Amino acid sequence: MTQSLNSQVPSGPLETKWLNYRDHLKLVAPNNRRKFEILVVGSGLAGASAAATLGEAGYNVKCFCFQDSPRRAHSISAQGGINAAKNYRNDGDSTFRLFYDTIKGGDFRSREANVYRLAEVSNEIIDQAVAQGVPFAREYGGLLDNRSFGGAQVARTFYARGQTGQQLLLGAYQALSRQIAAGTVKMFPRTEMLDVVVDEGRARGIVTRDLVTGAVESHAGHAVVLATGGYSNVYYLSTNAMACNATAIWRAHRRGAMLANPCFTQIHPTCIPQSGENQSKLTLMSESLRNDGRIWVPTSADDTRAARDIPESDRDYYLERRYPSFGNLVPRDVASRNAKSVVDEGRGVGALKNGVYLDFADAIGRLGRDAIEEKYGNLFEMYERITGENPYGVPMRIYPAPHYTMGGLWVDYNMMSNVDGLFVIGEANFSDHGANRLGASALMQGLADGYFVLPYTLASYLAPHLGERVATDTEPFRKTEAEVSGLIRGFLDSKGKRTVDSFHRELGHIVRDECGMSRSEPGLKKALEKIPALREEFHENLNLSGGDGLNLSLERAGRVADFFELAELMCIDALDRRESCGGHFREESQTQEGEAKRDDENFTHVSAWEYTGNLSEPKLHKEALDFEAVQLTQRSYK
Amino acid sequence: MKLTLQVWRQERADAPGSLQTYVVDDISPDESFLEMLDVLNERLEEKGERPIAFDHDCREGICGACSMMVNGQAHGPRTRTTTCQLHMREFDDGDVILIEPWRATAFPVIQDLMVDRFAFDRIIQAGGYISVNTGSAPEANLMMVPKDDADLAFDGATCIGCGACVAQCPNTAAQLYTAAKIGHLNLYPQGQPERDERTVGMVEQMESELFGSCSNFRECEAVCPKGISIDWIARMNRDYLKAKLKGVNRR
Repeated sequence: MTQSLNSQVPSGPLETKWLNYRDHLKLVAPNNRRKFEILVVGSGLAGASAAATLGEAGYNVKCFCFQDSPRRAHSISAQGGINAAKNYRNDGDSTFRLFYDTIKGGDFRSREANVYRLAEVSNEIIDQAVAQGVPFAREYGGLLDNRSFGGAQVARTFYARGQTGQQLLLGAYQALSRQIAAGTVKMFPRTEMLDVVVDEGRARGIVTRDLVTGAVESHAGHAVVLATGGYSNVYYLSTNAMACNATAIWRAHRRGAMLANPCFTQIHPTCIPQSGENQSKLTLMSESLRNDGRIWVPTSADDTRAARDIPESDRDYYLERRYPSFGNLVPRDVASRNAKSVVDEGRGVGALKNGVYLDFADAIGRLGRDAIEEKYGNLFEMYERITGENPYGVPMRIYPAPHYTMGGLWVDYNMMSNVDGLFVIGEANFSDHGANRLGASALMQGLADGYFVLPYTLASYLAPHLGERVATDTEPFRKTEAEVSGLIRGFLDSKGKRTVDSFHRELGHIVRDECGMSRSEPGLKKALEKIPALREEFHENLNLSGGDGLNLSLERAGRVADFFELAELMCIDALDRRESCGGHFREESQTQEGEAKRDDENFTHVSAWEYTGNLSEPKLHKEALDFEAVQLTQRSYK
Repeated sequence: MKLTLQVWRQERADAPGSLQTYVVDDISPDESFLEMLDVLNERLEEKGERPIAFDHDCREGICGACSMMVNGQAHGPRTRTTTCQLHMREFDDGDVILIEPWRATAFPVIQDLMVDRFAFDRIIQAGGYISVNTGSAPEANLMMVPKDDADLAFDGATCIGCGACVAQCPNTAAQLYTAAKIGHLNLYPQGQPERDERTVGMVEQMESELFGSCSNFRECEAVCPKGISIDWIARMNRDYLKAKLKGVNRR
């Protein structure tokens, strides 16, 4: 091994690890903080909360986002809510229970100490957000309301109508705006990071491109923080915003940062099915709909009748049939896989036979239309707007869609990658969700990292570097900048025939088919032949118009080029992990009833991949996962 | 569907622009308006022409990036709907559709349909926050907020910052945006200590930008994709007047 992975998890009992560790971290005195330059890439929940907090502390921060305003980062789209162990409902919740549900939901493929810390700081997040004026739902007494969410038996989810993500992001954005006004944070909107500058094993800065003028620039810092989100858009169609991309983490990977568990992706069960080939994204319908909707498909693949004309006897409520105790409320991965299997059998519904019914007829009959409208009115309206169908009259059609990526850059307990000085927070890292993320925990993790973890661990990293000069006039900066410019020039000089999107669509098809809800050795091997071949064609036959100023095709070309490389690593990782766990279902590893079967003996580890210069032969490093506080159990929802 | 599009094309902020006509066919009524533009753009790229630049991101009506006038209406013909959520079934085969960028001096065109909305960010920077450093917050339930206030505050907080209100206003006023932002924070107990300074700071920042003044046309509320009411403007004006009578000046 050229590099070893040290998780830096402190010793001591789980309950006091973080507090004790915090007590012994190094500090930077208030009057010295302004002597440090910190680069934060991304302005979603993780990036904005980190940049604001570091600015408040007195550091010099530069924050970068490709959107026109930090308020638009994709965290804004989160609907459901944010978990915290407040136990306001007096229903027995605790830090331990939140920790346990999260680690179990992740199918025991995450680091115990990280997950416990996440649960531990969850309450502070709610306090902070409320103090900022985040308009969480309240009860008549004026206190905060909670609701329950998948994978938990307590009501611990705080929510803000169907837009918890927007409200939390606006809280962080407002805190960030305050620091921009105070001059501690300098904001660079419409600016995309295209590379990390690594010198002698340490991150020294980044190279960016101004998306309006096209100018390629370098920024130096004492530390670089990546908060650039997930990579679901590798599938082309996903619930992610159009410009979400993997470029920052992939460029960091190529500079030495290891990428952990890239095959751990989450396919969300309740999304609106694709309506045609020109579709650009998939829209999530809140998971809460499964509380009242019944999922079914026709018993026979040849049934062409309209939904309402199909009698009960010819319907298959397959989740209720297969999982009598959880029924329509099985976890996300189980619901998704089952939908795929009935659609693969040819029993899908809709013109393209690519969905399953989510039927509210019984609920409307039982509770009345008004009750359903009060609960889900805005979702029904959204559904109608997109599909043109009225879900009060005909059942909704839903199908799973790529939604979240648990994999990401490997980080230690301090949120630092294996590259010195390169920190990774939020969805961009791999750390807290294992093989499957529970609902309402993405917002929690982004804000935990940015508000309450990174500011401590980063200070401790910076302390010994006081007084060090940072500058962009060094050879590594010049070299990296030249490489970035060369890459851009290469795209602009393309004289091929196919558009960026046509390549992205085809790549998405391959990854969706072979590394989506269900993976097998033959399928993955097929993908591993197709991806490099298509990538080669992409570099030879790309048609790109426009110049080196504002050029949206050029932006997409760079992102798709990186998706091509990441896709191959995802498949390599999926092939290597010959077990089923969480969202990763290997067909070779299932129980007799066709359920996911974990292999704890051989796969209780994090797979961290090192870039070797050869995309097809990355080097695997394993971080063993040790469990002190929990017992590994096989999940069962029968 | 076959459609004729008249699209505003402008290379740079300082270059002259003009309407160009494009014909797109084979459009499905189930496609979204932006997907229809994607199709056109891909065809332009295949011909070696520069695709039409427009802002967009989440495509589910919450990020507030998409911003275009469709047949003279901000976000197009469907009420309470952003352009990204507008679908082609709202149009008829053979329609001629006029597509322009937000038209406001305070939102200069960057290219084609893409405009610069940093003025909105600057209004927030002038006081659109509650000053609470990370770590100093009290226990969340110590602050009780009457449910009616919380619900009302939410109606203001639901603003997605798209700028349709400004674009539709004959005066290009930013009152609705600014008022919704001020109103949300001013309704909360946490927002009281800075209430006057926030109001004065944000209003005066708004006035220092190149927005026009409000003369109650109510176009803003008609096109707001989140249905934000102009009642907020009355609240803002009242708060501003009270603050000024107390002699509060911008920090």
